[in-house]
Amino acid sequence: MKEAKTNEMRLVLESRSQNEGVARIAVSGFVSTLDPTIEEINDIKTAVSEAVTNCIVHAYEDTVGKIYITCSMHGKSVYIKIKDNGCGISDIEKAMTPLYTTKGDERSGLGFAVMESFMDSLRVRSVCGKGTTVYMKKNISGK
Amino acid sequence: MPVKLNKEGTTLVAFLSGEIDHHSAIALREAVDGAIKLVKPERLEIDFGDVTFMDSSGVGFVMGRYKLVNFYGGTVVVKNASERMERMLSLSGIEKIALIEKRDKAV
Repeated sequence: MKEAKTNEMRLVLESRSQNEGVARIAVSGFVSTLDPTIEEINDIKTAVSEAVTNCIVHAYEDTVGKIYITCSMHGKSVYIKIKDNGCGISDIEKAMTPLYTTKGDERSGLGFAVMESFMDSLRVRSVCGKGTTVYMKKNISGK
Repeated sequence: MPVKLNKEGTTLVAFLSGEIDHHSAIALREAVDGAIKLVKPERLEIDFGDVTFMDSSGVGFVMGRYKLVNFYGGTVVVKNASERMERMLSLSGIEKIALIEKRDKAV
């Protein structure tokens, strides 16, 4: 059962690529109050980077829109929600298939695979033309 | 620029440093591709020893450089990737096209 909420952070960023690093730093700073291991912090930073990059590269493509990041703590679990109001994903299953990309040679097609691999749970909701929300959870063991 | 480029005979070495994400990969790509086109190396070594963070953009970076180096008939070697980076690289099956050398234990 989900424990009661013990802390929350909300952040709105424009979908500019320099904000990938800003999102990572903000979320890792928030999570650091739980005294996570370096590995756990890096797992979270990597997953956040993937989700935010998706908003920039795919959701808003050549436009600038807003990325809504909500982090909450429930005991030793961190819940991260990353939402955009971009183009949405027409086929989520396909988008989550490792190596599948619509963006050519420079994108590895691993974004969702990395989120799935480094977090304890991942859920994606998307509506075409409305946007995408990624929900992730990480349990922190602490040092 | 978080990349140092060194030509050693027919080998081109790219020492990357700092954080590699979609944002930083754009400049990295331009710098390294410029050198590849100039040198046409038989071997490109991409050294991740001083990289402090990498997401899947780093994997895309290696894949993209492989395509270009391979076009000139060369090979790609990944050096000093951390365990986490190797885990990400292996998700892509990149070891089938690039040689991954284990991290220096001395560091």
